[in-house]
Amino acid sequence: MRFQGVQLLQACARPRTWPARCAILPAVSNPDAPRWLDAGDMAFTVEFGPAITPAALHAVGALDAAIANAMAAGALPGVVETMPTFRSLTVFYDPLATSRAVLQPVVQALLDSADGALAAPVQHWRLPICYEGDCGPDLADTAAAAGLQVDDVVALHSATRLQVYMLGFLPGFPFMGDLPVALQRPRRTQPRVRVPAGSVSVANQLCAIYPWESPGGWHLLGRCPVPLFDARRPVPALLAPGDRVQFQPVPWAEFQRLQAAAQGGDIDPATWREAGR
Amino acid sequence: MTGQPQLEVLAPGAHAALQDAGRHGLRRVGVPWAGALDPRLMRLANALAGQPPQAAVIEAVDGGLRLAARQGPVRLAVAGDAVLDLQTADGRRAVPAWCALTLQDGEVLTLRSLRRGRLAAVAVQGLAPAPVLGSASTYARAGLGGVQGRALRAGDVLPVAAAGPGPNLHLPQPPAWNDGPIRAVPGPQADHFDAAALAAFTTTAWRLTADADRMGVRLDGPALQHAGAREIVSDATVPGSVQVPGNGLPIVLLADAQTAGGYPKIATVVSADLPRVAQLRPGATLHFQFVDVAAAEALARAAEAETRALLASLRPWWPGGLDIEALYTGNLVSGMLHALAPASHPDLD
Repeated sequence: MRFQGVQLLQACARPRTWPARCAILPAVSNPDAPRWLDAGDMAFTVEFGPAITPAALHAVGALDAAIANAMAAGALPGVVETMPTFRSLTVFYDPLATSRAVLQPVVQALLDSADGALAAPVQHWRLPICYEGDCGPDLADTAAAAGLQVDDVVALHSATRLQVYMLGFLPGFPFMGDLPVALQRPRRTQPRVRVPAGSVSVANQLCAIYPWESPGGWHLLGRCPVPLFDARRPVPALLAPGDRVQFQPVPWAEFQRLQAAAQGGDIDPATWREAGR
Repeated sequence: MTGQPQLEVLAPGAHAALQDAGRHGLRRVGVPWAGALDPRLMRLANALAGQPPQAAVIEAVDGGLRLAARQGPVRLAVAGDAVLDLQTADGRRAVPAWCALTLQDGEVLTLRSLRRGRLAAVAVQGLAPAPVLGSASTYARAGLGGVQGRALRAGDVLPVAAAGPGPNLHLPQPPAWNDGPIRAVPGPQADHFDAAALAAFTTTAWRLTADADRMGVRLDGPALQHAGAREIVSDATVPGSVQVPGNGLPIVLLADAQTAGGYPKIATVVSADLPRVAQLRPGATLHFQFVDVAAAEALARAAEAETRALLASLRPWWPGGLDIEALYTGNLVSGMLHALAPASHPDLD
């Protein structure tokens, strides 16, 4: 992860491979000039480009780490928390304790000096998924859209090692990518009112798991029985940005067994962490 | 009377849930702040009931909440423009909001309706629900806080403290209702809209739809045209974000809103005015007015100063222990409820 910009540049020398990313090259090739976006009187956003790129992700992580260190050292009084996303970092603050005018130069200085050292260890996960029956109501559609058989979609999806880009939307909800091109399709035109908890879903180049029942507009390929967020755990969210996730197909009966065991607290989620990686 | 006093929820009304100042520091893992939609009401109710400023309150939406004291007297206070009545062994009588009330064992308090707005905060002496991830605020979607992670239901029983001796405080001059425009800072994606859309945003009388909950409220009016893409790569949302989805109709996000979203956000409602949005009823209209960040921060400081002035204005009901219940009974008989008018009980501190 040291200098993704170079890799990106090389990749873009082959436009047939990376057309979408080349389109935003000017923005990410100059990561020293992020945009400062207003988000009211309790937050502002530092944006590193309009698209999902390794360089933007890297810049977000570096600034986030620098702010966390500064907060720990007491150098950012009034900062409440930060929210890293694919391509931007939002800083939340208390307008009674500080102000944008006070914070922006301090954060700018951190931006200038952030060396990009990302300390968090990357964990690898092998999460069970059931693609059968009601678990994957959009599997057939997705196969048809790709001109594939359902088994091919299952094989492609479960063979992909996904990276967790960010958590958000709902507690523990991972935005992961990138999907193979064959599985990429826009969101549903008609969002579902009710997406069951555990649903593994895809939209564009991303894959996500709904930890909670929610409305949702993504295509549902399967269900994962692993609880992704548990307030009783010291670290409530199972996954973290940077983690790698690959799905392991399980039959319906095994899904039910795992779901019951996980809900009853009989399985340590660490079970699904890949050892030795 | 045996055991610890309790407050029983006989009916939650339209919606009622335990809320405090919210759950901070976890947006990065997808946990919204939740918390009181109108934090000023929470702080005033807590002060009236003799509770710590950030203690959890019952935040009630619209009318219908009914609470009963069990196993002893319970002291509470309702902040909000609420029509209340108290059912005792002697019958039913109106009681005022904005003051400390004591429910004797078995007595029932009913929040009949709100004269203005949709929110009331009920603080209860000794109410101290266990925090989850640093807050007792209910975030029902993920089952956090509150009572078993959900909104209140009929039959819920909340352990509280026996009503202590403390002064019976009241708020002589409740906060004035502000019908002015809702101030908002343009951005973070104002550049996804052209000048005509930005102008329409501030000139339209937006109608609140019935599609409103703790996550957000949907507005109705002329569709705002996006200048570019109708979706962005998801980035952080904040309470107050005004998302404009593909249909061009804005959604104002509130305390329980998702922490990230893929719709362009034309503006962010200032923190001082967000409770006013949450207070508006379906069918009401609002206007937006653009302000810059520095002005928005100044509004936050002014709102805080106003809240502190209100807290400093709390006074004991009456010197010398005059029977306030008799006063209220008298008012009810005469068909008038003007006991809260400042002239009827001059401050004598």
